[in-house]
Amino acid sequence: MTKEDIKQIVLDIIADIAPDEDLSAVKAEVRLRDQLSLDSMDFLDIVMELRKKHGIEVPEADYVQLASLDSCADYLLPKFLAKK
Amino acid sequence: MSSQSRIVITGVGLTAPNGNSLQEFRANLLAGKARIAEIDVRHMGKQPAGVCDFDATKWQKRKEIRNGTRVGSISIYCAREALIDSGIAWEQIDKSRVGVYLGITEHGNVETENEIHNISQFGNDTKYWTHHHNPRTVANNPAGEVTMNLGITGPHYTIGAACAAGNAGLIQAAQMLQLGEVDLAFAGGVSESIHTFGIFAGFKNQGALGSHPDPTKASRPFDKNRNGIVISEGGAIYTLERLEDALRRGAKILGEIAGWCINSDATDAVLPNPQRQAECVRFALQRSGLKPQDITIVSTHATATALGDIQECVALREVFQNCPNTYINNTKSYIGHCMGAAGALELAGNLPSFADGWVHPTINIEEIDPECALPGLVVNKPHQANEVNAILNNSFGMLGINSALIVKKYGVA
Repeated sequence: MTKEDIKQIVLDIIADIAPDEDLSAVKAEVRLRDQLSLDSMDFLDIVMELRKKHGIEVPEADYVQLASLDSCADYLLPKFLAKK
Repeated sequence: MSSQSRIVITGVGLTAPNGNSLQEFRANLLAGKARIAEIDVRHMGKQPAGVCDFDATKWQKRKEIRNGTRVGSISIYCAREALIDSGIAWEQIDKSRVGVYLGITEHGNVETENEIHNISQFGNDTKYWTHHHNPRTVANNPAGEVTMNLGITGPHYTIGAACAAGNAGLIQAAQMLQLGEVDLAFAGGVSESIHTFGIFAGFKNQGALGSHPDPTKASRPFDKNRNGIVISEGGAIYTLERLEDALRRGAKILGEIAGWCINSDATDAVLPNPQRQAECVRFALQRSGLKPQDITIVSTHATATALGDIQECVALREVFQNCPNTYINNTKSYIGHCMGAAGALELAGNLPSFADGWVHPTINIEEIDPECALPGLVVNKPHQANEVNAILNNSFGMLGINSALIVKKYGVA
């Protein structure tokens, strides 16, 4: 499991919850909300899918960590590794 | 009546199991083409049901479809198609003066059942319950989705009226237009009920769920061997305007709302009351200023239950005595019971008769139930009535709610 794997996991979730978005050129360092049409309900969907598909919990206080693909990878990688 | 208080229909959009436009729907009614499928119902297996196949992506983004409800998509499709049909210059309309009034039989069962099933996969832990649940299940959902899609800022709500709801939506809109609350209304009825097993199981255990080896013959009102309701989804939404507004913009007028009544049996939760049904029809006639003999088509509510069909016939026999030019039909024999959409769709199926004079038949009758053999019942083949001047649209529902709506040909005194 690498940070690149985490980014792909998050992108796969976004592809499900925001199927109209073009994800081919998402910049990892840029806030997702600044480059995609995502609202607060969509971020709750990301949290829910991480919980359902991967058993990963993101406490509300940490939602800010999901801002960009890079921050997702930094925040989520230890959680994924801890599951192994 | 002044033109201020006269309300006219200027557009219609619909999705029925056998048509996604009025033209397609009407052609199939006149051709006797039913369309009922067999679907897998959760916990119950294969059941006959009316399924719509409109393209939701025509008017919604895929994310909107995912986050919203099935009935929201049905409503948006119907409202958008009605708007096109009306010819209204939408960009010039004051959106704060537009209202959305949609009849529903029920709402929220589909989404609630889906979530109960969802969390059952996770040990019934409610942390897996979707945050979309509440906006999906609030009772105004279908009407609210229409306002968001079209940018309407006037009033919107649904009218819960069991299976009388399609008429109720139109009646509410007519009243709001007469009161001057809005200048344009999107009104009708919608349903997503085939996606909830509870409705199927409820009717099944009530002994009222229809079946037949050939699904297209499962819905057979007035037939001696009818055995219950075929549940369907669908929607029909109309644009309604005050006559003076419609005339000012040179609108095509599909019909005039002439009279209506909604009343209550106050007797039983599920068994109909023919005395109150007849009263409902008489009050609607009274409001319209028409006599029973002036009604060319009676669009029946009959759902193919053993008792319900007979009770409606009792009511109609009482009101329509000596009416040799009144013809009676039923549309559920083609598309099943579209629940909240039923009344609105059944009216739509008959509206083109003002122009072409044809009365579509009730189909699937192999042996007429003698108790349902009404004079004027059009059976299995369409009837050319030469001139259709007024349609009575019956829709009745549980808890003893009755609705009768009369639409007349525009220009007929």
